[in-house]
Amino acid sequence: MIRFEGVQRFFPGVTALAGLDLEIENGELITLLGPSGCGKTTALRILGGFDRPDAGRLLVDDRDITKVPPNKRDMGMVFQAYSLFPNMDVRTNVAFGLRMRRQDKPTRFKRVEELLALVGLSETAHRYPYQLSGGQQQRVAIARALAIEPTVLLLDEPLSALDALVRTQLRAEIRSIQQRLEITTLFVTHDQSEALSIADRVGVMRSGRLEQLDTPENVYRRPATQFVAEFVGAMNRLPGRMGDNNEVQVLGQRLTLLNPNGRKPGEAVDALLRPEALEVVPDPAGPGTVTDRTFLGSAVRLQVTLDGGQKVLVESSSLSAHVQPGDRIAMRILADSVVIAHEPAAR
Amino acid sequence: MTVIGPGLAGADELIVGPPPMSRLRWRRERPRIWRVTIFVLAAIFFLGPLAAAFKYSLQQDKGGYGFGNYGEIIKNNEVRSPLVTSLEIAILSAAIVILLILPTVVWVRLKKPKATAVMEFVTLLPIVVPPVVMAAGIQQFELNAPSWMFQYIDHAQSGLIPFYVVLAMPFTYRAIDTGVRAIDLHTLVDASRNLGASWPSTLVRVVLPNVQTAVLGALFLTVALCLGEVVIATLLLYNTFPVEVLVLYHQAQVGASVALSMITLTFTFLLLFGLSFLGQRRRGGRATGVI
Amino acid sequence: MVVFLGIPLYVVIHGSLTTETNQFTFANFKQTWEFHSYRVAFKNSLILSIWTSVVGAVFGTWLAAAVVTAKPGGLLHRIVQSSSGVLAYFAGVPLAFAFIAALGLQGVVTVLLKHFGIDLYAHGFTISSMTGVGLCYVYFQIPLMVILITPALEGLRSEWRDAALSLGASKLSYLRHVAVPVLLPSFVGATLILFGNAFSAYATALALVGSTLSIVPAQIDNALNGNVLVGADRAGLTLGTEMIIVILVVMVGYWLVQRRARRWLR
Ligand SMILES: Nc1ncnc2c1ncn2[C@@H]1O[C@H](COP(=O)(O)OP(=O)(O)OP(=O)(O)O)[C@@H](O)[C@H]1O
Ligand SMILES: [Mg+2]
Repeated sequence: MIRFEGVQRFFPGVTALAGLDLEIENGELITLLGPSGCGKTTALRILGGFDRPDAGRLLVDDRDITKVPPNKRDMGMVFQAYSLFPNMDVRTNVAFGLRMRRQDKPTRFKRVEELLALVGLSETAHRYPYQLSGGQQQRVAIARALAIEPTVLLLDEPLSALDALVRTQLRAEIRSIQQRLEITTLFVTHDQSEALSIADRVGVMRSGRLEQLDTPENVYRRPATQFVAEFVGAMNRLPGRMGDNNEVQVLGQRLTLLNPNGRKPGEAVDALLRPEALEVVPDPAGPGTVTDRTFLGSAVRLQVTLDGGQKVLVESSSLSAHVQPGDRIAMRILADSVVIAHEPAAR
Repeated sequence: MTVIGPGLAGADELIVGPPPMSRLRWRRERPRIWRVTIFVLAAIFFLGPLAAAFKYSLQQDKGGYGFGNYGEIIKNNEVRSPLVTSLEIAILSAAIVILLILPTVVWVRLKKPKATAVMEFVTLLPIVVPPVVMAAGIQQFELNAPSWMFQYIDHAQSGLIPFYVVLAMPFTYRAIDTGVRAIDLHTLVDASRNLGASWPSTLVRVVLPNVQTAVLGALFLTVALCLGEVVIATLLLYNTFPVEVLVLYHQAQVGASVALSMITLTFTFLLLFGLSFLGQRRRGGRATGVI
Repeated sequence: MVVFLGIPLYVVIHGSLTTETNQFTFANFKQTWEFHSYRVAFKNSLILSIWTSVVGAVFGTWLAAAVVTAKPGGLLHRIVQSSSGVLAYFAGVPLAFAFIAALGLQGVVTVLLKHFGIDLYAHGFTISSMTGVGLCYVYFQIPLMVILITPALEGLRSEWRDAALSLGASKLSYLRHVAVPVLLPSFVGATLILFGNAFSAYATALALVGSTLSIVPAQIDNALNGNVLVGADRAGLTLGTEMIIVILVVMVGYWLVQRRARRWLR
């Protein structure tokens, strides 16, 4: 088990990590998600030992590894791009870690062949990095990181330089290899669908702290804070009013609030609702007009402009499919929707 | 994202302030022995003689120290006229470099991308021909030159400028080419032409400002070359500023020649140093500590 | 542009390949080789170029590495970059004078050392010797190396170091297996340029010693000014062509290693 304990890291004028606490179980894949500059890479580099925290500790199975140099940590790292050694061919690249561990040649090359087969690149063993495509290079980088049989695998946006198709394919491969070999993995990404689809748990970061660490489903359906709610997936804001029992009244319906935070009954709040939690019905006397309609294949996305001028996104399957731009509509909230109140602005 | 100010952020946004600076500084910027060593060596090797030269240039014939040698330069007509000649050469060469090379680079990049390799090779050629050899060739040629050319050959300006432009080409072409490569030339030019600008005004108003730093760099290099080139000028018997410095030296006016060298060095250094501030916006600092 | 380079070039090469009566011949080349002083000049030029380029390359790379690892955009960065530009392009003439002021017969350092009982000149050192001139060459070789090698050093990616470390390499083995091999083509290429630069340089020698130094450019100067050895009328032009050939060979070598360097350091 890996544990970050109050890890802080400061750069001149910038706080990259403001006390990060994070626990990763053995064999688990955690994705880190968050806006640019929130400290994801810094966290990963500190775990890899390339950077030292200014405060806090790093524990592996309750052993403090804060001061262990990177080459003694046994953690494989895959970078965003360009990390293959340009002066070595694919085979030598993958064998590098084994060579550093003084394994003999036959063992090395046997292992390299296995790994290249694993990532599907057996034919390219004698090519140089500049002769490979981006996707192939990243596969080699993964094979190279896996060659040392690391206890932990660190991936910093390993797929962001690749096109969508290769990306989906490769992330499925990473996931299956990770599960098969049961490697504890920390995966940093910008891509939400990537983060949600391959993780055991997702960590959402903001300004050097962890906002929420939970299963992908919970992060999406039960976000802990307004930030998580709005950062992961699309969100609408609708005016509401607090009722009793941490309920909030929106569009005439009573819904349970996820983050009551001691709000008083009668207080006005903005409720956050996912587009798919809303449903529209044609109603000439309704409170809004459809202003745009986008066909998404499996669903239809509507933009509704309320009479107050506010815009709301609604995503739904067949029901509202016949609604056209210009139609007056009424809105309804589906039963199991996510509701979270807009937190008050800083005083 | 830097530390977020209030307004954007919730109350939980207030971030712990940075720790005491002293500890950080010590850890981040611990000087390494190998770096300090070379800096000290370089300082001794390069600054030592310069300091010595400066001291020397302050020594006066009558004994004692003073700016006598520097004053001498301003008064001395034998220095002033070659200096004017050299400055003329420098300015004209610089002008020709811009007028010739910038359009060429743009044209090659836009219309003949395949010629890029050829151009790189051609512009490298002057490096292959040592200045002495160049001088030899020119001298030999001028011995047999048709008489109408003599009026050009007689003047240092017209006699030297073309060759200085050629000599400077490996550096100037590369500098400008690098600058042009860094901008999205195609889009810029297309946009400008699309908005109705003629070719010349596209070059002057759109391309030039965007490669300003590179062009200035090329200019300063040309100027430095013109103010420093002695071999060709001496061999072809022109009396330019650097040649005059040499002559002074051999006439045993060592103090004055050293003083002149100091001035030239300082002047060019300041030009390039100033340029480094102009150019800084273009480059993001790359990762350091890679070695 | 091509004209002003082409005509002198043509004249030199043509001149070296013809006799007085304009007949094609290789005899001029054979002739120059038969003169002891020209052979010595070539030998001196080669020795001078080789040692100054190697010394310049090593210290230049060291200095550049120290600068590159310093804070980017810092003052140090700028000062070194700008002064390298100045020194490299001035071919060291002003520094030659500074050098005289420091180490000449009356130079500040010479006098200072005498106070401590060290007499440089007693040990056969003079500023106009091959060693003295060479030392002065180093003044422009190091800055030129800094200029040439800096892009390559900046091209080393931090990912390579981090990847090597995470794979269990020590810093030393990162240098040995990755950094040095990756830099080697650029280093060799830059050293070749330095060689060519020193080989064709004449300004410094001219400033320090005049045309009496026994190196090829000085011999060409002499030949042009009529101080020709009997029986070698075309010596100047022929020596010129020979220089071009040497440098051409060096440039071809440069081009070959540069191709590899570019591939790696993109
Ligand atoms: N070496 C450094 N020197 C100074 N500041 C740094 C350094 N590395 C990171 N930072 C700063 O620390 C903050 C966090 O950076 P980090 O790279 O961890 O962000 P990130 O979450 O990985 O962002 P991205 O998603 O854009 O990759 C940023 O504000 C960044 O500017
Ligand atoms: Mg990052």
